[in-house]
Amino acid sequence: MISLTINGKAQQINVDPEIPLLWVLRDELKMTGTKLGCGISMCGACTVHMNGSAVRSCSVPIAAAQGASIQTIEGMNSPAFQAVQQAWRSLDVVQCGYCQSGQIMSATALLQTNSKPTDSQIDAAMTGNLCRCATYHRIRNAIHQAADNLGSKA
Amino acid sequence: MNFLNQLAARNQKEETLTLSRRHFLQAAGAGGGLLIGAGFLAENAVAATKTKSSVATNDAPQFNSFLKITPDSKVIIVVKHLDMGQGVSTGLTSLVAEELDANWEQISWEFAPADASLYNNLFWGNSQGTGGSSSIANSWKQLRQAGAAARAMLVAAAAAEWKVPAEEIRVSKGVISHGDRTSSFGALVAKAAALPAPQQPVLKDPKQFQFIGKPLARKDSTEKTNGTARYTQDIQLPGMLTALVAYPPQVFGKVKKFDATKAKTSPGVIAIVEIPRGVAVVAENFWAAQKARKLLQIDWDLSACETRSSDELFKACHDAARKPGHILKNEGDAPATLAKSTTVIDVEIELPYLAHTPIEPLNCVAKLEKDNCELWYACQMPTVDQQQVAAAVGLKPTQIKINTQYAGGSFGRRACPHDYVVDAANIAKQVPGRAVKMVWTREDEILNARYRPMAVHHIRGAVADGKLVAWQHHAVAQPILRGTPFEGFINGPVDSTVAEGISDMHYAIPNVQVQATEFAVKVSALWWRSVGNSGNAFVVETVVDQLAKVAKKDPVAFRREMLAKEPRALGALNLAVEKSDWGKLLPKGVGRGVAVHKSFGTWVAQVAEVRVKDDGSFKVERVTCAVDCGVAVNPDVIRAQMEGGIGMGLSAALGEAITLNKGVVEQTNYHTYTIMRIDSMPKVDVHIVPSAEVPSGVGEPGLPPIAGAVANALFAATGKPIKRLPIGDKV
Repeated sequence: MISLTINGKAQQINVDPEIPLLWVLRDELKMTGTKLGCGISMCGACTVHMNGSAVRSCSVPIAAAQGASIQTIEGMNSPAFQAVQQAWRSLDVVQCGYCQSGQIMSATALLQTNSKPTDSQIDAAMTGNLCRCATYHRIRNAIHQAADNLGSKA
Repeated sequence: MNFLNQLAARNQKEETLTLSRRHFLQAAGAGGGLLIGAGFLAENAVAATKTKSSVATNDAPQFNSFLKITPDSKVIIVVKHLDMGQGVSTGLTSLVAEELDANWEQISWEFAPADASLYNNLFWGNSQGTGGSSSIANSWKQLRQAGAAARAMLVAAAAAEWKVPAEEIRVSKGVISHGDRTSSFGALVAKAAALPAPQQPVLKDPKQFQFIGKPLARKDSTEKTNGTARYTQDIQLPGMLTALVAYPPQVFGKVKKFDATKAKTSPGVIAIVEIPRGVAVVAENFWAAQKARKLLQIDWDLSACETRSSDELFKACHDAARKPGHILKNEGDAPATLAKSTTVIDVEIELPYLAHTPIEPLNCVAKLEKDNCELWYACQMPTVDQQQVAAAVGLKPTQIKINTQYAGGSFGRRACPHDYVVDAANIAKQVPGRAVKMVWTREDEILNARYRPMAVHHIRGAVADGKLVAWQHHAVAQPILRGTPFEGFINGPVDSTVAEGISDMHYAIPNVQVQATEFAVKVSALWWRSVGNSGNAFVVETVVDQLAKVAKKDPVAFRREMLAKEPRALGALNLAVEKSDWGKLLPKGVGRGVAVHKSFGTWVAQVAEVRVKDDGSFKVERVTCAVDCGVAVNPDVIRAQMEGGIGMGLSAALGEAITLNKGVVEQTNYHTYTIMRIDSMPKVDVHIVPSAEVPSGVGEPGLPPIAGAVANALFAATGKPIKRLPIGDKV
């Protein structure tokens, strides 16, 4: 039995301890906002926050999440997340959209630790998130816009 | 998929003649197969205004195949094309909304069901499907007519209710008015929908457009930024099972025998079934299926599989390229001109296999009942898939119901017969009455990918008096259509995808000869965003630059001379050149390169700026793009597609290649098939050439020029031409 908190809610999960967090979210809890892309931490589509940091849920065995606080896109409402989501919408970043949950989770994690990232800091923080539609140009712009909006509110 | 468009154009001509002979309207009214032809006559509103109960999924009165309006004034547009990111759920919707004079906020949309009699691609004859950058282009009149017809019906209902002439009634932003009287759409829908549809609804003068040409916000942005957009992976159905397939290590392999003893005892396994392409594990969830799949012991028959390695394949292609091929185009006398010229270049260029790798690995949910088979997936070719699934499960195509979902990318991959959808149906057939979600892992996806063909091109070009006077080109590549259900579309000795973008080259050169040869190889090939253009534009544009250098001409000036009779090409080229600071001095190590190419009716010119360090590493820093796609239906979506096409093309140019080792694909996941990450994405500026021409596509045309523009920038910076892709991270 694994105990953890998901989006603020305490959960007891009784599964094979090897099962990656991704599949607990998707198959056990039916929370499908977090996506499968590669299964080996190379694409970032499965990015969630674990104790506040962006992690690839496809490669976190559920046993390793014992006692952790997990945030998925479904449960996000921090100011940084809202600024990111708003910027994503105002610039119409998405195309197919499949990787965007992961992109938004990584971008939010970045802004939570760096409120005014430069282009190269954005590139470094977002380089683990692949987008086959190549929306990268807008992702960069949207993160700057989100940072500006957060800054003006602070 | 230019070939499909070409074929359709031919069919369209024939079909239109047939239909006019048979008094089209009567025939259409009689129903049946002839209705398909209705779509060809875009001027005629019959297709647009025909109603059918299959779409009525709620109690909203339906005005025609594409439009429903609820009593509380919600307007629902039926989108006949797959949205795989290219934005058709916004673009097609705006065409209907424009002529309806709706308020953009009251508009929602849904994917059309599979029904080619209503939703065929007007460029593809009797077939519903998305591809060839044709969604907006083929729908341009049809959907505006659908909106205009509904508007006329609403106006007629208001005129009857208010007892005023219809001509005096205005409609604006979802409000119908006459003097002080106003009505919502909803208040009039019941009466309006019962009226006869106008046969020739009047379309707006473009000067009156409210939506077309405006950067309307995407309709799918909200749900794609909060995790609620539903893809096939996300489908949940009562009692649904998950299936993974153990596929042979090479395509065209087959199961010889297998032992499922261990796998059967793995927790959560429901069934293990053999299908034509492998062995499927059906389990309670993904993890259970994946664990059990590893326990399967399978002997494969690989006797029909490829045994050569990439270097052997390239050598064979080079050998073929130096021999004569089928002549596809022969103007003037290129061989004789080359023979007597003193300034001749002779180049061979290599292009690799490429994989599509949409971030969503392919998947399909299937459920087979006695008299029907229901599917949930991102369906790109409903008509073809219906036929194939029907054959697999022993039903009629009309008994195959398709629920189309968002696609997590496609880039051509989902438009593929004999593939994963049929696998899912074959699994469902053995677990009747249960919904089964067949999923691929990334490894399955790359192993079973259908690759953009590898190719070798041999080009000889001659220059005289600063002009290109002869071009002899031999393209050798694996054909895409040969051996597939589309083989009948091959027109002539060689699959047209081999020399696409070459045999239809637009440069005015007095002596041109284009040859092509199909290269036989046991690897599965498919269209990859922009098909033959994806690599062929690189070949043409880099060789043009090499010849410009021989001619001692500026690459832009050299191209302008050869495009003098192509005003749209010049328009795009000149706009990109103007916005890119072409001609301004650059620091040492920085190069600019240009490329221009037409595909799917759309001209795109790009200028790339590349910085090369002393160690040969380089970075593409800036790309300026100009596009002429006719009327710019949604400028922001067009910009997004250019940015995406540039990004994907650059990804391939820099670091993508599928390679074979003794016939076995060496790449398995994103650590070995390396697609571009954000840190390699340049700044991109997109400029749209103002145009009143009929709109053409934008999903693919942004891709072909970029590899050539970057290679030409590197050539300018280093003096060394690029002769193979991918370029890698150093020159």
